[in-house]
Amino acid sequence: MDFGPHLMLASIEGAVISAILVLTAMGLSIVFGVMRVVNVAHGEFFMLGAVFAWAVSTMIGGHAAFGFVAALLIVPVLVGCIASGVDQLILKRIDYDVDRTIVATIGILYIVQQSTLMLYGPEARPVEPPFNTRLALPWFEFGADGFQMIWPWGLSVTTYKLFVIFAAISVLGVLWFVLTRTKIGLIMRATQQDREMAQAFGVPVNRVYSWVFGLGAGLAALGAVLVVPIQQAHYLMGGDPLLLAFIVVIIGGLGSLPGTVIAAVLIGMSDGIISVFFSPTLAKIIATFLVAMVLVFRPQGLMGRVAA
Amino acid sequence: MVVFRSAALHSCVLLALVALFFVLPAYHVGAFSRIMVLAIYAIGYNLLFGYTGLLSLGHAMFFAAGMYGFGLSMNFGGLTVLPAFAVGVTAAGLLSVAVGFLALRTIGVAFMIVTLMFAQTFYLVILYFGEYTRGDEGFIIQQAQRSIAGIDLTTETARYFTAFILFAICFLAMARLVQSPFGKRLVAIRENEERARMLGYDVGRLKLAALVVSGLFSGVAGAAYAMLFGYVGASFAAVHYSIFPLLWVLLGGAGTTVGPLIGVIFMFYLIDVSSSFTNAYMLVAGIALVLLTLFAPQGIAGTLRKRAVSWLP
Repeated sequence: MDFGPHLMLASIEGAVISAILVLTAMGLSIVFGVMRVVNVAHGEFFMLGAVFAWAVSTMIGGHAAFGFVAALLIVPVLVGCIASGVDQLILKRIDYDVDRTIVATIGILYIVQQSTLMLYGPEARPVEPPFNTRLALPWFEFGADGFQMIWPWGLSVTTYKLFVIFAAISVLGVLWFVLTRTKIGLIMRATQQDREMAQAFGVPVNRVYSWVFGLGAGLAALGAVLVVPIQQAHYLMGGDPLLLAFIVVIIGGLGSLPGTVIAAVLIGMSDGIISVFFSPTLAKIIATFLVAMVLVFRPQGLMGRVAA
Repeated sequence: MVVFRSAALHSCVLLALVALFFVLPAYHVGAFSRIMVLAIYAIGYNLLFGYTGLLSLGHAMFFAAGMYGFGLSMNFGGLTVLPAFAVGVTAAGLLSVAVGFLALRTIGVAFMIVTLMFAQTFYLVILYFGEYTRGDEGFIIQQAQRSIAGIDLTTETARYFTAFILFAICFLAMARLVQSPFGKRLVAIRENEERARMLGYDVGRLKLAALVVSGLFSGVAGAAYAMLFGYVGASFAAVHYSIFPLLWVLLGGAGTTVGPLIGVIFMFYLIDVSSSFTNAYMLVAGIALVLLTLFAPQGIAGTLRKRAVSWLP
């Protein structure tokens, strides 16, 4: 394949990565924005989503689509409930103190990850995609006989990957609508801006925190359900999404949701493209180092405002 | 009186460690050699976290710098043990100066994430140069090379007492350091950074000094680990090994001199016992972290100090 089609293939991979990443990072960003909590266990909720998706789709059986749709509906809610429970049981009791929540969520990370290892085992298990037709893509070329359309061998995309991109965009749309146009969003934004004032106006802050923590974990789980037909479910799969989501949230500006979306697309695309053309380890080294540098020299992120 | 009591306490701890060598069965003697080396790491971490109040999530890079500085200079530089040890510690020191200059520009959550990211970069760099470092698989330092002035460090006795001597030096040095004006200033920064600055202390320089001393101790521990156990591997640079010292110090008691040792002993045996039941032994570490933050944020020694022995150093 020539460079052009190759680049196009890499961009499609990048777009799929971005789609998953934007959901995961959104969850992290909302939790940080509203609750000022850095949830180190976020990647493990992602992993739980993938493992549950496998469990649900195996239990349902029948055509792959039934299992997948069931997983898509059940799993994010289930993971969200678990996260809300964790919030009530642990984070509420330490009063969301910054240092202590980080230590506690590191603990939760190991508890979730190692329990999964005990109950689910160390194997990676696949989930069958509901549909997976391969579509060949055209490429344009100015050859000797002028402009023509060719169908290079290997330049193709599966319908499922297109669905993932589409699904992520729709979820983002719904999320944007809820946050800016409904009362739920209003309550969340009020809590974010001033916790005490919101409470004085009758916002049940504790319940909001619990819901928000659940929502954040649910978004990660949703991303995982979408990714699991492409990538298998494994108990250690939470590490990379956590790191990438952190990177996205930092680059986008801590707590800034539009920044998060832009950064997720940027990071996802470049991750996809760089790992196709260069060594993935080198790409990760550069990415992690650059992020640390961004945080050192521009702590408010690229899009964020300076904290008051 | 307090000075006398704390001197007595520290001597008792050291005497107990010597006595343990003659009392314990062989397996636990080996375990305690490891515990003492890891306790040096915890002591270094405690200076930054317990006394200065800076929570780093990337100390594994200093530990690994000491370890790889030692291992690589022996295997590729052809150095003998002592110069290689010096190289390891120097590497950790230089790395902590560089990281300190950059990371200390940030505070709070950003500091934790920046240290985590730097450590992750360091870990990935080790993997990237797998040709020399042999990545996750690691490499062995030959038994024949591991001796100082004719003393074979691989025998159980020599290993135990080398670990003991290094531990004793670090333990006493740290006990001294935290009682010195420098140590008191660090505590002042932990309690109220703004006030410390207003009183005229150069907070930035003090924090950097704390980070570098902490990094040096971690480097000593890393080099000692490679020297005594003969193995160098990338898993020691992974994020687990940044979490462990935090766990040890929290468990034992942050900001106490004996806390790190207590924490390492407890955690070591907790994991040792649980790993004979299940391969998910990190579960124990996770539960310990959550329970500690919920019920005993001051750890074992910290709770003792609060409840019973108020003079505990």
